[in-house]
Amino acid sequence: MDFGPHAGFIWASYAIVATTLSLLVAWLVLDGRRLQRLLDELDATGVRRRSDRADPSQS
Amino acid sequence: MAMQQTFTQRLANPTHFMALSARLLPWLASAAGVLIAIGLYLALFVAPPDYQQGQTAKIMYVHVPSAWLAMFGYMVVAASSFGLLVFRHPLADVSAKAAAPIGAVFTSMCLLTGMLWGKPMWGAFWVWDPRLTSVLILFLLYLGLIALRSSIEDESLAGKLTAVLALVGIVIIPVIKFSVDWNSLHQPASITRIGSPAIHASLLWPLLVMTTGMSLLFGALHLKAMRNEVLRRRVKALRIVRADAGTALAQQSAG
Repeated sequence: MDFGPHAGFIWASYAIVATTLSLLVAWLVLDGRRLQRLLDELDATGVRRRSDRADPSQS
Repeated sequence: MAMQQTFTQRLANPTHFMALSARLLPWLASAAGVLIAIGLYLALFVAPPDYQQGQTAKIMYVHVPSAWLAMFGYMVVAASSFGLLVFRHPLADVSAKAAAPIGAVFTSMCLLTGMLWGKPMWGAFWVWDPRLTSVLILFLLYLGLIALRSSIEDESLAGKLTAVLALVGIVIIPVIKFSVDWNSLHQPASITRIGSPAIHASLLWPLLVMTTGMSLLFGALHLKAMRNEVLRRRVKALRIVRADAGTALAQQSAG
């Protein structure tokens, strides 16, 4: 695969996009896991939102 | 109409949204992954070099989808802001907040890949050209929205003020679109123009596949960010309930 004299610019573009999107995906996945863990911990302590307590299906 | 209202009302409930998005997200992410993989293969191994720009035109396959999604992301923020201010849809603010950082990331990718394309073609990484400058303003607008929201503690007030700024800022979208007609170095639209696209099918198809794949990825990222925001608000609500219960208990023991 010969991209000619400007190969560095082409590869740098693809590398920037791949790295940036990978970091974005990793941030969202890790943030989601952290929040779910926090929510599970709060649930385990028995704390309930008012809306949950008002919902008969939750009781 | 009645069915539409029912669906909208159902979607307005964060619990229903979480259930629906949990089912949709794996399909969306998988479709995005497959299309991007096919798009990369077509772009790097199948698409011929451009007759004027040679192999450098391969940057187009990541630059153009990033540029399109930079603008689309802002339209999502603006439409969600409209939904918050006019319809008071409970998920509209969640959507606007979730879309802003993703839009900013796509705008930064558009700017960086554009600079890397500009250097070999124009001889400079940056010129104060109408198209480049207006996209830079879009990036600064995204940063402004994120900064404004994070500077206000009251979530409801932050959402409303950010929504007003987002709606005022929508003027940047037509400016970006038409800036190529204002004595710009940047080439005019090749695909979305009246008549047929000014790009050969051998270059167009890889571009369309990459654009569709990256658009689906944007959708998956937005959905995931919205789910995270719903979780964040639930955690915050539970912490407030726990703090209130702690205060009430302390008052009882003191009394």
